[in-house]
Amino acid sequence: MTGDALTAPVLRLTDLRKSYGALRVTDGVSLAIGPRELHAIIGPNGAGKTTLVHQISGLAASDSGRIEFYGEDITALPMDARARAGLVRSFQIVSILPGFSALENVALAVQARSGSSFRFTGDAAAEPALNDVAMTLLARFGLASRAGFTAGLLSHGEKRQLELAIAMAAAPKLLLLDEPLAGTSHEESSRVIATLKELKREVPIILVEHDMEAVFALADRVSVLVYGRIIASGTPDEVRRDPEVRSAYLGDEAAEAMT
Amino acid sequence: MNEIADRNLAVAPRPRASRLRQAALPVAIFAVLALMPAAAHFGASGYILALMTRTMIYGLAAMSLDLLIGCGAMISFGHAAFLGIGAYAVGILSSHGIDDVFIQLGAALAVAALFALATGAISLRTHGVYFIMITLAFGQMLYFLFTSLAAYGGDDGLSLSRSHVFGLPVLRSDLTLYYVAFAALLGVYLACRAIVASRFGRVLRGIKDNPVRMQAIGFAPYRYQLTAYVVAGMICAVAGVLLANASEFVSPAYVGWQRSGDLIFVVVLGGLGTLHGAILGAAAFTLLAEFLSGLTEYWGMIFGPILVVVVLFARGGLASLLRGTR
Ligand SMILES: Nc1ncnc2c1ncn2[C@@H]1O[C@H](COP(=O)(O)OP(=O)(O)O)[C@@H](O)[C@H]1O
Ligand SMILES: [Mg+2]
Repeated sequence: MTGDALTAPVLRLTDLRKSYGALRVTDGVSLAIGPRELHAIIGPNGAGKTTLVHQISGLAASDSGRIEFYGEDITALPMDARARAGLVRSFQIVSILPGFSALENVALAVQARSGSSFRFTGDAAAEPALNDVAMTLLARFGLASRAGFTAGLLSHGEKRQLELAIAMAAAPKLLLLDEPLAGTSHEESSRVIATLKELKREVPIILVEHDMEAVFALADRVSVLVYGRIIASGTPDEVRRDPEVRSAYLGDEAAEAMT
Repeated sequence: MNEIADRNLAVAPRPRASRLRQAALPVAIFAVLALMPAAAHFGASGYILALMTRTMIYGLAAMSLDLLIGCGAMISFGHAAFLGIGAYAVGILSSHGIDDVFIQLGAALAVAALFALATGAISLRTHGVYFIMITLAFGQMLYFLFTSLAAYGGDDGLSLSRSHVFGLPVLRSDLTLYYVAFAALLGVYLACRAIVASRFGRVLRGIKDNPVRMQAIGFAPYRYQLTAYVVAGMICAVAGVLLANASEFVSPAYVGWQRSGDLIFVVVLGGLGTLHGAILGAAAFTLLAEFLSGLTEYWGMIFGPILVVVVLFARGGLASLLRGTR
């Protein structure tokens, strides 16, 4: 491996834009994510965080700008192609296969990257090569005892963990997590935070999050998005001290809580 | 109440006993169909045999539609087009003296595959109501094409004699045709079961459950859905070949939107996504229509409400009704 591969950004956004009608939701975002980085994106409701995640993952097309992933221009690729390349995301509103068992949810993500899925015979649900990997991941995310359960009937916290297990099963080279703590109870969220601490050692992560405590505990760098623009970017300390951030977004109360 | 029942189901990973119970109904259905001719022997055999042959053929067509609707979330309102392609392959070829069933079947499958590929490639770029409308439009397109084929009977359709097998007119026997239809139905059922359980089928079912999630793990729904669309079209064309032989007649009515609607109905009636439900639905549909039309000229006025009641109160269709719980 060259020295370059150790420091070159895994993801580079250049002047990304998107409007819904007259509303400029993403207004010239440029960002580079390093290979060992957990980069948090924070910002008030409606700032355009989810839209940015949609653009990066390919769920929403960008009006202009450029997205490079490990040096490749992926701006024109659809979401499934980006996922196969290792750009894997989660959703602010949990997205799983509700009618499948927890095990099959994860096994399908393993299947997506192990051989052709244009096979018309053989029982996919009984393929040990897929199920073994899936089972290991379920166990890792504390869901071993839920393997046979219908995913749609798991608790909200369990669904969050399942979504992370699915994402990891897809062999991510960059994880894109949109508010993985949204709607979780206090215990559930500390469980997810602990999981994220582990994951950040294995894979670079973009974490969109509302929970300040979590962000400042986890992030190597933080970018603040307001009205579709990044108004500050840096280490948690730098961002915390940034006067523009304080006035524009954090407010006195939040700023106090952070110090 | 349902919620609670579902939860219990979820808590216990499926036990073996329920798997056996799941197999019981399809086995019973095919056993009844296999023994049917023997029982019919004591009654009005010819009439019942013909009725049951038609039921199995519609069951076959409906089963292929179940692969689309029940497994792949593709509500095609033009599926009868493939029934027509199969039937006209027999009609047109036999009018030119080509009686061999394998040539007819080969032509039916090839044309069905091409038609499915071309229309599916366009239809699958749309979703929801638009998909329903565009498949309907393609079906009607074929309907008007067949009505304009003056050389092959146009509006009135075309009489034909049954296909030959290796030069022999073995399908002349109603009993043989019955068992050929039975074998086709059983073969297709087993093949569809295999497909549904396979890697491909699991992707298809996943796309039905949550297409965005499937894309997010790397599956492009379009390729899988188009493949399923072609496979289902080809299976339905087999039903068309059998239908032409059973009725010794083809007409544009086979392709009409009413027929496509009937097929959707049969699938829903039988139980979406179950495959064998399509046979139950077809049986209920043809037998009820036959029985009611024997009672009164205005049988449609009784038939319609019965269908509405079944759809409203038997969620999961006849398949789940007969299995007890769901
Ligand atoms: N599909 C859409 N059509 C129109 N407006 C949208 C759409 N998606 C998001 N928006 C608008 O874009 C803005 C940013 O939304 P979003 O990206 O969800 O913000 P965040 O995730 O930061 O809360 C909001 O004002 C929202 O109403
Ligand atoms: Mg959001």
